[in-house]
Amino acid sequence: MSPGHPVEVDKLFGDYPLDHAFDEMREADGTLRQHYRALAETLARLPQEELQRRKQSAELSFLTQGITFTVYGREEGTERIFPYDLLPRLITAQEWNRIERGLTQRITALNLFLRDVYSEGKILNDRVVPRELVHSCKHFRRQMRGLQVPRNVYIAVVGSDLLRMDNGEFVVLEDNLRVPSGVSYMLANRRVMKRTFPQLFQSYGVRPIEHYPQLLLATLRSLAPEGRPEPNIVLLTPGVFNSAYYEHTYLARQMGIDLVEGRDLVTHDNIVYMRTTDGLKRVDVIYRRVDDDFSDPLVFRADSALGCAGLFNAYRAGNVTVTNAFGTGLADDKALYAYVPRIIRYYLDEDAILPNVETYLLTEEQERRHVLANLEKLVVKAVGESGGYGMLIGPHSTARQREEFARQIEANPRNYIAQPTLDFSRAPCLVGDRLEPRHVDLRPYILFGDKVNIVPGGLTRVALEKGSLVVNSSQGGGSKDTWVLESQ
Amino acid sequence: MLSRVADSLYWMSRYLERAENTARQLDVTMSLMLDTAGASAESRWKRLVAALGDPQGLDWNGDLDAMAYTLVFDSLHPASVTFAVNAARENARQVREEISTEQWQRLNRLYHHMHSQLALSQSRSSMADVLAGVVDGIHLFKGVTDTTMIHGQGWHFIRLGRYLERAYATATLLEVFQPELFQTPERDDSGYQYLEQVGLLRCCTAFEAYCQVYTADLTRDRILEFLLLNRDFPHAIRYSVDGIRQAVTAIQRTGARRPPDELTAGIGRLHAMLDYTSIGEILAGDTARFLHTIREQCLRIHELIYSYYIHYSIQSALAV
Repeated sequence: MSPGHPVEVDKLFGDYPLDHAFDEMREADGTLRQHYRALAETLARLPQEELQRRKQSAELSFLTQGITFTVYGREEGTERIFPYDLLPRLITAQEWNRIERGLTQRITALNLFLRDVYSEGKILNDRVVPRELVHSCKHFRRQMRGLQVPRNVYIAVVGSDLLRMDNGEFVVLEDNLRVPSGVSYMLANRRVMKRTFPQLFQSYGVRPIEHYPQLLLATLRSLAPEGRPEPNIVLLTPGVFNSAYYEHTYLARQMGIDLVEGRDLVTHDNIVYMRTTDGLKRVDVIYRRVDDDFSDPLVFRADSALGCAGLFNAYRAGNVTVTNAFGTGLADDKALYAYVPRIIRYYLDEDAILPNVETYLLTEEQERRHVLANLEKLVVKAVGESGGYGMLIGPHSTARQREEFARQIEANPRNYIAQPTLDFSRAPCLVGDRLEPRHVDLRPYILFGDKVNIVPGGLTRVALEKGSLVVNSSQGGGSKDTWVLESQ
Repeated sequence: MLSRVADSLYWMSRYLERAENTARQLDVTMSLMLDTAGASAESRWKRLVAALGDPQGLDWNGDLDAMAYTLVFDSLHPASVTFAVNAARENARQVREEISTEQWQRLNRLYHHMHSQLALSQSRSSMADVLAGVVDGIHLFKGVTDTTMIHGQGWHFIRLGRYLERAYATATLLEVFQPELFQTPERDDSGYQYLEQVGLLRCCTAFEAYCQVYTADLTRDRILEFLLLNRDFPHAIRYSVDGIRQAVTAIQRTGARRPPDELTAGIGRLHAMLDYTSIGEILAGDTARFLHTIREQCLRIHELIYSYYIHYSIQSALAV
């Protein structure tokens, strides 16, 4: 191992492997990155038992706080703690600065794009984005055409997924413009982390994130309909069986707003009310954590009981703000994703600060042929899905799975895109009594009301299984606290 | 406050009160069974089941440990302690944003304890320890509720649920015990009757409180008077009904609507009945009937609260 480390640090690493993927903690030659040095030394100084004790106490704290999520498709034990890794992921002020500028640019452009597509459609007329691609999108909502959205903000709450490539640059893997979740884990991780490593935290100078609920509330308030100076803001949840229910309750409590379900709401004369013990009370802003499809049975899926009948008409009449707006999933469609750099250039006349991942559109004859010939090297994704569902990871797939996907691609090329298998960065995780590298991504949370606001950091998701590339919590992923450091 | 939230807080509280009541009664019954000469285990078990409101599937089968296990741990049995704790937690989970973190953690701990190996192995050595743990956990929850939750409408709905459940359960308990209490001779020096009477009081955690008021001289009239009409003891029916009245008054005060006369009158009637009836009059009349009326009136109050605060019609609400 490399010189200059105390011997304990070497012991902690054991046979920690390094290869061409970017390691968050160590340079390619094995030396510690400057900003990770204090962390590694603190860890190395801690007796093993003490480290394990802190790990256990952190886990217990998640359990008693009831910070759990629900896994679909299992009868029993559906409520689980979100796996948590004890070591923070560090991001320097300089790195963060670039991420922040890049995301601000991207979200601004995507919001302009949504506004344009749902009104004049200039970008379509100018043939920068194919009309066909937009209108065939699963999440395109023609009901939104010509509808005036408060302050022209379609996407008030966004979570974009970033990866760090082998050259150390961050790229955007996808944007979540519908109902991104996970922000409560970001906040819970920080709370637990401060308790687990108080001195380390203090010595690092970490930028705070705890004010996120307050920023969210201010964002929602800024979007209230005209003439409602004291808006009644609520959070609409699908209910206790939703996988992110914990988060809904957490945010509602932290913001001091009511958490409502569809059955609490009624509409009358295009005004939305909630049923209270005091009779009906008017609702002005709805922070919606229910998908478009389930929001209003009169306009979207008629068989859904999760939403509120008449909600869309009240929204259209301007009597209630619903955010994010309906139909925003259009802009996080994985096929449209390939056009985001062009979208940024079109509206802002700038180059994208954060690059995209190379993406093959399977509707293009040539690209499709290339993809079908190279399935075992590529990742194929269904365009309208999220949460790691509907994915083929080429190198980890069987011949049979590849055949199945090839057939589906031929049958419906619009429904899929392909990307190279990404060797994104790895960060050290505490596995047993050793540090081992695991793949991580980063999901910062972006708020867009009066202006774009990003709390420094976000949720670092970890593919806890060795060698795995899938970080989604529904597929066995975990998370880490993310420390954005103050500039020196 | 959202009607659904009020509903959940109310039931969370009722279920916890129910869990506590069941745990305590089972504990008392099992301890009484140790003195086999007084009455058979079977008759005591039947009395317990009757006092719990005659739930199905708890017929005596001779295996006390197995039956007690069912009554405590069978999460599918609606009368079990675990069922009630689960239901309380599920209600709390649905209004997680309304209760304090301390409340939630306290309740969550109780829930996880009931499902832990520790509780199971403890039950094999001493069911009494398990039951004491449940009662402790619920007491702690109540303490945390009073000290960490804002005393607004939600808190009053919690109190409402607690006292309504308690008044109802105590009335049921007395209705079941009352024939036995009066069939046996007033003075019995064998000590068995004393044990039974202490048992009844302990079912309501009332033994020490009773002694403070009347000394350890136990008489059936006084026991009945204490559990029915004492105005200062929290498990007495009169105190509980007073609690119901205070909670509903407070809910009305924080709300903007005028409640229906029927609800105010219903609670007032029950309250007055307990205020202005002496134990002599109750004993001279039909005691069982009297106790039964209390239960009926509790049910009626529950229905009125529901139709006014929780399940009101939209049309009537829009008309206001």
